[in-house]
Amino acid sequence: MALQSLDIARRSATTTEAPQVRHTEEVAKLIDVSACIGCKACQAACMEWNDIRPEVGHNVGIYDNPQDLDDKTWTLMRFTEVEEHGKLEWLIRKDGCMHCADPGCLKACPSPGAIIQYANGIVDFHQENCIGCGYCVTGCPFNVPRISKTDSKAYKCSLCSDRVAVGQAPACAKACPTGAIKFGAKEDMVHYAEDRIVDLKERGYRNAGLYDPQGVGGTHVMYVLHHADRPSLYAGLPDNPQISPMVSLWKGIAKPLAMVALGATALGSLFHYVMKGPNEVSKELEDEMDKEAALEKEDAK
Amino acid sequence: MTNHWVDIKNADLVLIMGGNAAEAHICGFKWVQEAKHVRRAKLVVVDPRFTRSAAVADFYAPIRAGTDIAFLAGVINYLLENDKLQHEYVNAYTNAAFLIDPDYGFEDGLFTGYNAEKRSYDKATWRYQMGEDGFAKVDPTLQDPNCVFQLMKKHFARYDADAVSNITGTPKDAFLKVCEMIAECSAPDRVMTILYALGWTQHSVGSQNIRTMAMIQLLLGNMGMPGGGINALRGHANVQGVTDMCPFTANLPGYLSAPTERDATAEAYVAARTTKPLRPGQMNFYGNFPKWWVSLMKTWYGDAATAENGWAYDWLPKPDGSYDVLAMFERMHQGRMNGFFCQGFNPLASVAHKGKVSAALAKLKYLVVMDPLATDTSEFWKNYGEYNDVDPRQIQTEVFRLPAELFAEHEGSFTNSGRVIQWHWKAADGPGETRGDLEIIAQLYTRLRDLYAKEGGALPDPVLNLTWPYRQPTRPSADEVAREVSGRALRDLTDAAGNVVVKAGDQLAGFAQLRDDGSTASGNWIYCGSYSQAGNLTARRDNSDPSGLGQTLNWGFAWPANRRIIYNRASCDPSGKPWDPKRALLRWTGTAWGGNDVPDMRPNAAPEEGVGPFIMNAEGVARLFAPGMIEGPFPEHYEPFETPLARNPLHPDKPEVTSNPAARVYKGDMELFGKADEFPYVATTYRLAEHFHFWTKTSVINAVLQPEHFVEISEELAAEKGIGKGDVVKVRSNRGEIKAVAVVTKRIPVLQVDGRKVHTVGIPLHYGFKGETKPGYITNTLTPFVGDANSQTPEYKAFLVDIEKA
Repeated sequence: MALQSLDIARRSATTTEAPQVRHTEEVAKLIDVSACIGCKACQAACMEWNDIRPEVGHNVGIYDNPQDLDDKTWTLMRFTEVEEHGKLEWLIRKDGCMHCADPGCLKACPSPGAIIQYANGIVDFHQENCIGCGYCVTGCPFNVPRISKTDSKAYKCSLCSDRVAVGQAPACAKACPTGAIKFGAKEDMVHYAEDRIVDLKERGYRNAGLYDPQGVGGTHVMYVLHHADRPSLYAGLPDNPQISPMVSLWKGIAKPLAMVALGATALGSLFHYVMKGPNEVSKELEDEMDKEAALEKEDAK
Repeated sequence: MTNHWVDIKNADLVLIMGGNAAEAHICGFKWVQEAKHVRRAKLVVVDPRFTRSAAVADFYAPIRAGTDIAFLAGVINYLLENDKLQHEYVNAYTNAAFLIDPDYGFEDGLFTGYNAEKRSYDKATWRYQMGEDGFAKVDPTLQDPNCVFQLMKKHFARYDADAVSNITGTPKDAFLKVCEMIAECSAPDRVMTILYALGWTQHSVGSQNIRTMAMIQLLLGNMGMPGGGINALRGHANVQGVTDMCPFTANLPGYLSAPTERDATAEAYVAARTTKPLRPGQMNFYGNFPKWWVSLMKTWYGDAATAENGWAYDWLPKPDGSYDVLAMFERMHQGRMNGFFCQGFNPLASVAHKGKVSAALAKLKYLVVMDPLATDTSEFWKNYGEYNDVDPRQIQTEVFRLPAELFAEHEGSFTNSGRVIQWHWKAADGPGETRGDLEIIAQLYTRLRDLYAKEGGALPDPVLNLTWPYRQPTRPSADEVAREVSGRALRDLTDAAGNVVVKAGDQLAGFAQLRDDGSTASGNWIYCGSYSQAGNLTARRDNSDPSGLGQTLNWGFAWPANRRIIYNRASCDPSGKPWDPKRALLRWTGTAWGGNDVPDMRPNAAPEEGVGPFIMNAEGVARLFAPGMIEGPFPEHYEPFETPLARNPLHPDKPEVTSNPAARVYKGDMELFGKADEFPYVATTYRLAEHFHFWTKTSVINAVLQPEHFVEISEELAAEKGIGKGDVVKVRSNRGEIKAVAVVTKRIPVLQVDGRKVHTVGIPLHYGFKGETKPGYITNTLTPFVGDANSQTPEYKAFLVDIEKA
């Protein structure tokens, strides 16, 4: 959604300088996983505000409904049962766009103005400029954007940029009954999280911490986790998310060359490579991380 | 709630047991989080399932459904054994020192006076020893073997940690850990709150579940304290208001006990309910019963209610028996009820044993359903395949649907769990031909009145004489009704010196102004003052909180008397100083009680007068020994009517006390209780965060969030039965069967009980054949038709089933 009241910091496939004179506060949504009861009021509020209605699905033996993000499901509670030191924990994480400071989707996007990063940190999709290529899906280290089967355009959480533009909190934060979702200046959110982490440590969660991964330059959606040492416990939240090297390559060196060579037949295959490549890379990365985790475990013994 | 929602933030320990606040009371749960985050309070959850409340708890202990009394009695024993009591509180504010009739006794699971044939007790020995001065005898040293304290100690000594663990399946170390955390709150500056809901009420021992907890709160000195109390979390936004206004035939509005066939005259009726103080100098507030009742009758019958005609006593119905929900459907099932008016109620789905309810509805001549939604009940006669397999040709009941407005489509009041009455305003017009509840009832009444006037009838007087003072008789406004409920002076009210204190026609300031001479009218004494000469106080929206305790006295109006925490006198020691100065609610200022709440005490009652804080009791103190209960003055563990054990581990050789010996069981229903050999698994039913009863299944968004009926079982039981995640399973009880999707989870514990393994099957109740969710069976197809001995609330929470892959 084009929002003229929000300053644009970055625009996909565009080299025009953004306005930089005005100072805009960075915003963030803080999701305190330790205070979340998984009631899904945030999901309901998201559907209401954005006027999206997924199909009424089925129960497939779990509490997650719908089962995955889609073009009409921009946020989703993911439930995980883990046993830690013989104690059962039911970890409930609100999944959705993380609004990375360094957004892989925007970097990968070849369509001018389809993805916008505002100066306050919100990363927004502008469907009127979207060509449906799906590069954003590949570029996202969190597996968030989804291509609609109806109009072949990409959709995801906008952090309610339309609400934020007029000084309102995102619908999910407004609806959250337990205060597990907070919204405000990123600095304030980090500060609030510190107090929550002290509380969690007092309650015996030695590794409680803030998830604001630096591999993507930090995020404007952050989590307070009881087990910040193992984000992947929370329904596969990436332990160390990074923009795929292929997207960086496309953005850093290959893209200007490609621009020069526009029209050349090589372009199609490069696009294909960019699209398919990162999946493999991330799989490799995952394997490597598993190996590292195994080594760490052995060390711990 | 004795306390209120916001007050939960003042607790040091929050115990959730017999409820699941995070899922069933989501918005109120924010105050639990507030207590945790700001006060650093601890949260303990005791539940047969690891719920979403447990997901954010500091400690979770599993328990077998239907064994809460054993657990809580064990806590009482722990407190007594380890001397973790707030002694000064127990001595001064409970009946611990009262002496009981020496003939009272308890043996083999039965109290004295049991009549097996009638399944009831003669309570003759459950009483205080009375002195020659007409007051109950006490032993302040608590040494007399017949004093309540000693009897209590003896009664609960059997509930040691091993016995508790054996009955409940709670591992011993987990039980003791919970005991330790609770026991810490015996210190005057540490307070526990208990949040419970239908997980305690919906048992054949429901009232005693709550009473056992009340005893714990008394022993810890937590009643009347900010952050303490006994807190029932009510299910609907206004179910508290419904209860206050009398949904039960056993009550009149304001919890006044209703007349029965035994009360022949007005004098006898009033005399039997007007208590006399049991100790010197006590407030004995129930001594005011005549003022409340006469004011109610003046509201209903105005000038037609006179001292000469006993305030129109003869026009009140005198029921010939029980008319609770089970009794009603039993009568209907026997063909003794012809018509049924069903307002905001979906009994086909929400009453136990759907098969019996459906058969009962089919015997009616007519059924009127007044509801904003097309409920399952309104289509009980229609075939929905396997989900409602009836033959419409065999059902002659004529069904009328009266579409009603939703709460947001008219103005009115809500009373929340914390007894705070809040006005709400109309937000939108109702769709189509919907009408407000007041209008529908008024239309019915005025037409019936006209028929009686024209045609006479068996007894037209109660209908023809009813006061109906509304400007538009067929459309009373909510404002008019609220004024009427609160009450006004019918004549000038004068004080002892003859000065007029309230002018005729003025609204009353509170129930202290009610009189028994017919000069005042109030439709519900506990709401008196909610609409005073100052206006509609329920519409106030000032959230200023000078104490910081959440005591927003100018927000809405809390009954009684705008008091936010009842029994608040008990938050101070006998000398009138707060037990915990950091949480000061009230104090004796030297001349009066004052502070951050409306005192629950005569305002000028000096501490030296020794007026007890439990003013509704004739004793002035709270009852550890409570003869009013149907099945015994002390709580005792009895198994659910469908038990996996086939015996009560406390009384293994006494089959008559396996289950509550004083619970009512209808002829034919005893045979319908399943036995463990055929139905080996404990089932329990419950609500989910995503749905609200049977309402939200008609809403697309809620349907998206939790679309289809499911049951939850442990991984171990699933493996044993060859059931996989997402498989469709068949669950059978002795009353019927349902099919649903299996959720296989670590969150359903497998328990060791009385030497065997007990599995639990968890069954949410929100689904049915009407709505946006996937068509499903009605969960209450499975549940037994037996209720709590005191309230007759059905035992939805503990019964037996078998399960297999469908």
